Amino acid sequence: MTDHDQLPYGLVDGNALAGPLSDLFAVDLTAASMTCATCRKRQPLAALEVYAGGPALIARCRTCKAVMLRVGRVGSDALLDLRGTVVLRIHTAELT
Amino acid sequence: MAGTAVRGRLADRVLWRRADLIERRYETANAVTLVLDAAGWPGHLPGQHVDVRLTAEDGYSTQRSYSLAAPHRGEQVELTVQVVPDGEVSPFLARSLAIGDPIEVRGPVGGWFVWEPDADGHVMLIGGGSGVVPLMAMARARQEAGNGSPMRLVYSVRTPQDVFYAAELERRMGHDEGLEVTVAYTRLAPAGSPRPAHRLDMAILAELAWPAESRPVNFVCGPTDFVDAMATALVELGHGEQMIRTERFGPSGA
Repeated sequence: MTDHDQLPYGLVDGNALAGPLSDLFAVDLTAASMTCATCRKRQPLAALEVYAGGPALIARCRTCKAVMLRVGRVGSDALLDLRGTVVLRIHTAELT
Repeated sequence: MAGTAVRGRLADRVLWRRADLIERRYETANAVTLVLDAAGWPGHLPGQHVDVRLTAEDGYSTQRSYSLAAPHRGEQVELTVQVVPDGEVSPFLARSLAIGDPIEVRGPVGGWFVWEPDADGHVMLIGGGSGVVPLMAMARARQEAGNGSPMRLVYSVRTPQDVFYAAELERRMGHDEGLEVTVAYTRLAPAGSPRPAHRLDMAILAELAWPAESRPVNFVCGPTDFVDAMATALVELGHGEQMIRTERFGPSGA
């Protein structure tokens, strides 16, 4: 049994998503920019408001507080909900 | 090269590897620095994290994320653990793990709250409590890389007994040219302190931070309310949002 509770606990920020998202993506996403589907504010993933401690990590827009991303686990599956994000922009210059 | 360290090869970053405790240093009554030997560690940049996993004999396992306290030094990984009194992992890491005992680590993790040791320009580091840990990695990396960029560290802490890396900070203030360190006490200041104990606010920051005109990159790390207050103050002082990098680790005073 694996317990995924994090040391960053309670209200933190998008830096806390680095570990969980590194299971799913080949690049670090904390520096990626995210455009909020609700208010269109563009912000780095690291700057999102994140609530840690529930069954999923929930990331909200720092400006309008709409949920932009949720990431969690069910058994050996990862679930990623991006319905609140309209554009995810990833810098790729360093990719080889 | 730096890009490689941030990104790492996917397999390298995702792989759990064994790390053996080789040294333990007491920072305060409740905080300990652990130096681990992690064979195959791919390297990292100051500001990045490491995930730590502990597994009990019955198979129960739990993981936590810690800021790396030191710059890339071969296969050594250094982290500073603040003991959370009723915590599950931190008391074990700080007190029970013996020299030679293994844990598992994975990383590096993160790439936004990162200072490249070959970067030019003014650097402002603002840490609250154990938020100083990734900033210390930056200050150490600056000196190890021979980077002369002007760097200021403002370290907000409750009392003199709570200061991490106290002797080293003292030494670096005299030796690392271009590095300025200010410890800002919020509850109890030592005798002879230039200012009384006071919560770090915009007025104090105006005095201690680089002016916006020198276009510093500002790194702020600490409890969520501390970081929010500092980021707001920096914006009020004229710093652009894109020049402020923040990392929040949760509620303070727990």
